[in-house]
Order: sequence, then structure tokens, then C-alpha cells
Amino acid sequence: MKIQLGTSIMGANELLARKNRAVFSEHDLLVANLMSSPGSGKTTILERTIESLKERLSIGVIEGDLYTDQDARRIEGKGVPVVQINTEGACHLDAGMVGRAYQQLVGHELDIVFIENVGNLVCPAEFDLGEDFKTVVISTTEGNDKPLKYPLIFCQATAILVNKIDLLPFTDFCLDKFKDDVASLNPAARVFQVSGRTGEGIEKWCDWLVGEVQRKRKESHRK
Amino acid sequence: MHELALMTTVLDAVRESARQMNIARVNRLKLVVGKLTMALPDSLQFAFEVLSQDDLFRGAVLEIEEKDMQCECAHCQHLFKVENGYRFVCPRCGENGAVIVAGRELYIDYYEGE
Repeated sequence: MKIQLGTSIMGANELLARKNRAVFSEHDLLVANLMSSPGSGKTTILERTIESLKERLSIGVIEGDLYTDQDARRIEGKGVPVVQINTEGACHLDAGMVGRAYQQLVGHELDIVFIENVGNLVCPAEFDLGEDFKTVVISTTEGNDKPLKYPLIFCQATAILVNKIDLLPFTDFCLDKFKDDVASLNPAARVFQVSGRTGEGIEKWCDWLVGEVQRKRKESHRK
Repeated sequence: MHELALMTTVLDAVRESARQMNIARVNRLKLVVGKLTMALPDSLQFAFEVLSQDDLFRGAVLEIEEKDMQCECAHCQHLFKVENGYRFVCPRCGENGAVIVAGRELYIDYYEGE
């Protein structure tokens, strides 16, 4: 006897991601999934982003790491609500983890939530969290060849942050080649050059975020 | 990627279906896996061997159909296969900007049993 199934193997996560997405929309919230290799500077960029943005937007953060709450403590120091997820081994966040963590942020009247994913350019690309868009952070010290080596995550990124731009003169990172490679995979992606350390480029990134929050609100109120 | 976790999900889904269909023995199971997913067929086979030790699955054969990565050019709508290099540049018009239309599949096609 042959039984046709057609069952999506990632179906369970897809269902939970859809639920998250619906809740985030209901709460008028823009949600960004921040991904990168370990050490690219996601948390530092987040700290800078919060400093720059918190007068204009109410911010919440969901932190994802295997172990420790070090990143959550750093974000807490910036005065915004934050929840730490410890996966204790899982190399990515999934929609279930994010849905449960978000329960601790409900009631804060937020405009935007940043999800800082586990440092990993491979697996997070496969797990929809219910976010509005994905942001990939790549630093100048990592080499400009990463887009072609990790096509899935770069294809999915709406925004790409090239971090540690202040260190560019001390590296062999070729910005032109990087942008060409990104364009060959994902010409619609916006590339921002930033430095989490000096603050360069953060304002432009924040302006874009404010625009995205406003755009989502306008579209949802039109419905 | 997480082939053991994926295979656990697969076997749970088939187990539930087999229970509903009164199937006591699965002989064959077919998965469709796109080349852009992070699931490697060899690792899936290994995970299957490790996890298929119960009466329902013992001796069952796992078949995996791999789907190539295919893109559709956003400019001229040409459908093309993406090979090594992973550059999504249209071979017909040379433009960037292609939509992935195949290669991200990850599903259980069917199983056979009695």
C-alpha cells in the first residue's frame, strides 16, 4: 500500500512561525532577525542601535546563545527590555523558542523587537522565526567571500551590515567584490557600512529601521 | 544540518500516519530534498539507519530524491539551473536578480507498507 503524504519536514516550525508573525502584526510590531558568524559584532551593533534609536522607537530584544546571559546583560545596560534564550546546544533559534520568549516582552508597548540569533551562518537561514526581515552582519575581518560560500542566508537578507568598517584599511576585504557577489545573489538587499565600535553608519541604519516601522504600520492600517 | 532531528520528525510523521492507516510494516519511504537545504542525503541515510530500529521500520528502504537549485530570472523569466559557484546570474540575459523556484524542498513524498 502506498501512502502519499507531501508532509513538510519543517512543518512544525513553519506553523509556529506563522503564529508568531500573526501575533507580531496584531501587536503592531516590526521584528528583525539578526544573524551572523560568532564575533561579527551583532551585540555591539545592537548596543549602538539602541543608543541611537531609543528616543524614536520603543525597543525590545530577544537574545539567543547556547550558554550564558552575557549578551542580555549588555543589552539590559542600555535600558531596554530583553529576554535571553539559552539553547544549550541548538545552533539556531526556532519559532517555538522565540514565541515563548516573546511572552515575556508582551505588555511593554514596543515598536520594534530585535532577535539576535545564535552566531552561525548556516542553520539560522532554515528556521523562520516569524520575523519581518532578516539582517546579516558580516565584518571586514571575515573576508569578502562569505556571500558565495553561504548563499542561502545572503539570499534571504533584506539588510546586510558590513561591520568593523573602521578596520577596512587594515584588511584585504574588497568592498566592490563583496557588493558584486551580494548583487549576484540578492540585488534587492540593502548594504550598510557600519562600525559598532565608532558608531559610523549607525544613524543611516537607524533611519532605515524607523522607515520600516512606519511602512509596516501604514500598510497594516490600510487593511 | 540536523539530520537526526529531521529524521526523527520524519519517522514521527510516518509513524502517526501508519497508525491511522493500520499499517504494521513500512517497506519504503521517499523524501524529497532540495540541494539548497542544509540537509545532506548521506547524513539523512545514516540518521535513518540509526533511528529505524523498531518493528515498524526495520528493513525499510529510504529513497531520497534530490532537487536541483533552479532560479527564474526576474528580468527575462528564463528558468535556469544553478550549478557550482552559486551565482544567480541569468545565463540568457546576464542580469542579476533571480528568484529561487526550486532547491528548497524538504518533504516526505510517500511511504509504502502493509
